[in-house]
Amino acid sequence: MTSLEPVIKTEKLTKRFGDFIATNEITFEVYKGEIFGFLGANGAGKTTAMRMLCGLSRPTSGKATVAGFDVYRQTEQIKRHIGYMSQKFSLYEDLTVLENIRFFGGIYGLNNQQLRVKSDGLIERLGLQSEAKKLVGDLPLGWKQKLAFSVSILHEPDIVFLDEPTGGVDPVTRRQFWAMIYEAASRGITLFVTTHYMDEAEYCHRISIMVDGRIEALGTPAGLKTKLKEPSMDGVFYQLARGAKRGDS
Amino acid sequence: MNQFAIFIKKEFFHVLRDRRTLLILVGMPIAQILIFGFALTNEVKNARIVVVDHAKDNASRSIINRIAASNYFEIQADVMDRDGMETAFRAGDIKLALVFPPSFEDNLAHQNHAQLQVIADASDPNSATTLTNYVSSIIRDYQTELNEQAALPYQIAPQIRMLYNPLLKGAPNFVPGVMALVLMLVSVMMTAISIVREKETGTMEVLLVSPFKPAWVILSKAVPYLLLSLINVLSIVLMSVFVLQVPVKGSWLLLFAESTLFIITCLTLGIFISIKTKTQQVAMLVSLMGMLLPTVMFSGFMFPIANMPVFLQWISNIVPAKWFYIIVKSIMIKGVGIEGIWKETVILCGITLLLFIVSLKSFKIRLQ
Repeated sequence: MTSLEPVIKTEKLTKRFGDFIATNEITFEVYKGEIFGFLGANGAGKTTAMRMLCGLSRPTSGKATVAGFDVYRQTEQIKRHIGYMSQKFSLYEDLTVLENIRFFGGIYGLNNQQLRVKSDGLIERLGLQSEAKKLVGDLPLGWKQKLAFSVSILHEPDIVFLDEPTGGVDPVTRRQFWAMIYEAASRGITLFVTTHYMDEAEYCHRISIMVDGRIEALGTPAGLKTKLKEPSMDGVFYQLARGAKRGDS
Repeated sequence: MNQFAIFIKKEFFHVLRDRRTLLILVGMPIAQILIFGFALTNEVKNARIVVVDHAKDNASRSIINRIAASNYFEIQADVMDRDGMETAFRAGDIKLALVFPPSFEDNLAHQNHAQLQVIADASDPNSATTLTNYVSSIIRDYQTELNEQAALPYQIAPQIRMLYNPLLKGAPNFVPGVMALVLMLVSVMMTAISIVREKETGTMEVLLVSPFKPAWVILSKAVPYLLLSLINVLSIVLMSVFVLQVPVKGSWLLLFAESTLFIITCLTLGIFISIKTKTQQVAMLVSLMGMLLPTVMFSGFMFPIANMPVFLQWISNIVPAKWFYIIVKSIMIKGVGIEGIWKETVILCGITLLLFIVSLKSFKIRLQ
């Protein structure tokens, strides 16, 4: 479970696009093995924050380290130590299951032997033996998402960023998906998850809620409910987010 | 390096799995060569003509015989009056008429000067020009011969074919044009689409988050299309040599080296488009309207640049296909070596370098 060793640390992290402040002085820590829920309405600045932490976008000001590496100077090392799964389905539909696994493992520098062992193990764990040589495009969505998640942690990263990983997936698959997330966390992988589903927020160890570029609340789901005197996460989110001035962007 | 190989392998999967696109890519140059070579030829064969011969002397006869002997013309009627000729023109039965004045040979012999009328149906200006050119060159041949006869009486050599045929061949000009067109299509459009597709599907994000360097992502996209384009060049050259009997007069090596340069220009252009656009449709439209159209219009392959307004001539200078067209024409048809085309090569290199720098700049901006 979680230890108090921080793997993500930010201090007044800010990103401006001209006059627009997408992310406004956010400060938080995420610990090793933690499932950290990163919540916020559309346009609140979640994606921008996540892009900075992944080394895709350079912050305007503030400090941040990911897996011990600086987001300004050590983006290459950061990229080696993180995994990423986006809200869009992120595997190649015209490649087979096996080819996808080999490709993504390969660009993370796994050698042929590691690739063979890992892909065999993964296919067995997911029960995809008979589908290994099928094109990913022919798989049902739920399986695709599970496969995409497994591929994103194939190189055993310290942290995985999941950007709305369960969008458009049925409740049964979502539950199975969260079982996989817990399993990964138990192996010491840190999970940084954005979601719009409040029941999923309850599954997280701790959550932060962003409103208009700022982090308005941070704590355990239970703690936040007590603090804001709301019986459900829905209530907590609504109470914080209704004051938002920014809509979809 | 191993990662790069893995990436290129994946790109080949994309190309090879998309059967329909692959078929178009490989089949297109062949189809274009055949269409341009046989259907769209501006060479006119067996055009029907009439001769109105008021002279009926040796000189007029020998010219008529020469025209009849060439396979460009088919003489419908030997003797006809002016009215009959006009009716035939109106009905579209004939393309051209020759009118000899009554004292044709007399004028030639005594005044060293004779006139004859060549009337062409100019409702189709291209074939009219071509036909009048054929006739004038046949008459010029005859005239040259007469002059030689006057100086050295025993040397009459009927060299009709040898003298004019090579000059009037229609095929060679379009082979370089088709080459520029096909390479534009394959390299610019396909590269642009394949990169933008990854942006659309979201896989680009995953690649950018990976330790694989962004510039390498782009570079490895270009490799399969470079190879495919070279195959297209080879198939076009082979078709031109064996099907159209248009030989490569210059160096094959130089031809392929210059083609590789142009392919790289096109790939850079495709990459630039892919950075600037967000969807596959837009990328395709920009490639077609922005690249293919100027290639057709300004390369000099369909419309002669010298006849354009100065402003458009100036524009044609920034169209890379124009320079490539000149280069290929020089190598294939004139047999020129690098010493004759170094200027065009330098210009093409310059355009490529400029595009490369601009692409790199905007790619970095996008990453910020």
